[in-house]
Formats: sequence, structure tokens, C-alpha cells
Amino acid sequence: MIFAFLLYEPPPSADEEAAFSVEMRKSTFDANFHNLDEIREFVGEAARQVGFSEKEIYSIQLAADEASTNIIEHAYAGIENGKIEIDCSIAGDELKIVMRDNGKSFNPSSVPEPNVKADLSERKIGGLGMYLMRKLMDEVSYESSPKTGNALTMIKRKGDAG
Amino acid sequence: MEITTKKFKSCDMVVVNGRIDSSTAPQLTEALEGITGDGRFKIVLDMSDLEYMSSAGFRALLSSQRVCKRYNRGEIVLAVIPERVKEALELAGFTELFKTFDDAVEAVGSF
Repeated sequence: MIFAFLLYEPPPSADEEAAFSVEMRKSTFDANFHNLDEIREFVGEAARQVGFSEKEIYSIQLAADEASTNIIEHAYAGIENGKIEIDCSIAGDELKIVMRDNGKSFNPSSVPEPNVKADLSERKIGGLGMYLMRKLMDEVSYESSPKTGNALTMIKRKGDAG
Repeated sequence: MEITTKKFKSCDMVVVNGRIDSSTAPQLTEALEGITGDGRFKIVLDMSDLEYMSSAGFRALLSSQRVCKRYNRGEIVLAVIPERVKEALELAGFTELFKTFDDAVEAVGSF
């Protein structure tokens, strides 16, 4: 289910535009790998609306997939019927994706950065999802509270590298 | 995602079609393990019809590459990698771990 609304207030200064011309798309998904296709499609539609290039849209979809995979695999490990709530907000050239879950929290700084130059025998796959998210998006942050659950926020701006 | 496999004299080819993510990567692992389980370790992965691959696919490739390269008995090579998939593989440093070919026939000929 998608809930969307649009607030528009012309003619704005850059700051006012950021404040008023915000469109929000919100959807909730069952935390299941079978929903990754739908999740990528959901964030892809928001990204298309911002006018990102095909390369940027792929990056955003990949980052959202890696984030969802981590939530399903780790936050909801051993927990059934978990949900992932995704908010996409579009403001000007920027897309902000917030993914919320009520599973186990984690400390992002405890995830070691993978050595992407290591030999085959030394190569570890753990932490690769988080690494890709940080590389593909402009900003990635994580908050956890016992009351509101976990929230991962990822921001991508049009035209930036990646 | 669809996977087809072809057996050549010098190697096996795995053709992947569609999207590889955490939901479909087990199918890729299964296809690769089917070949290595038969004692065949020279594999071409034809990616020309692949639309998308997440790190779940990278993980499947990594573990099978380890099996294939053991005792120098073979390896997995990647053929016709779509641009977007290649960019992600490069970001993860995976293009260092696999030979890549622009052409599937050329990849088969490398064995």
C-alpha cells in the first residue's frame, strides 16, 4: 500500500523549496527476501521521479536491497512476521530513504569495513552490504531507540559521484 | 531469475537471466555446486542477460571461486558483464578475483 501526498508552494527560494516542495512515499513490506524485487521497484519509482540517471537509480536500488537484506538477515534473525517500513521523501534534487524495523539493533561502527583488495583466500563477505550502501549513497546514518525501533537513513543527491 | 547450464568439452557454461538477489542467489549457488559436485571446475558465467546482482550474488560467486581454484584445478570466469553489474563488482573489488571477457565464446576458448 502506498500513501503519497504533495505539498507545493511556489515561487520558492532554494531553502523554501527544500522545506515545502516535499513529496513523501511510504510503504510497508513483510521482511522477506521475496519482497526485495518490490522494494527495489518502490525506491526506483521515487528515484525516477527525482530524475536520477539510470546509473544512479541502479545504485539507489542496490543500496535499498542491501539495507533490506541486512534487516531481514540480522535485525529479524529468528524473529517471524517482521516488517520493514520505507519512507521515500523527495525534495528538489535529493532523495531521502528511511527504512524502519523493530528487530534487533546493531552498532554500525562495529561492522568492520571489508578489505576489497584482499586475495581470494583472505576475502570476507561480511560487511559488504554496509560498505556498498556507504559507497553508493551520499549519506548513511542509523538510529536505534527501544521506543521507536531502528531507523536507517540514506540520502542521495542528483549528480554527485556514484 | 532463470539459469541454464551447458556442458562443453573444456568447460561448463552457466547462463544467468534476470536478477540475482538474496532471494535468488541460492539458485546460482545450486547451479555452480551442481557442476563442481560433478568434479568439473572450469566454469564460464555468461551474464549477458543479467539485469541486476546484489552482494548476495557476489557471495555465491566468491565461495564457488574458492572451490574451483583449489589445487589449481580450475576457475570461474565472467563473460559479458552488464555495465551496471560491473560497476558494483568493481566497487566491491570483485573484478580482481575473476577473469572477465567481453565475449562468451572467447571465455570458453580461454580454457
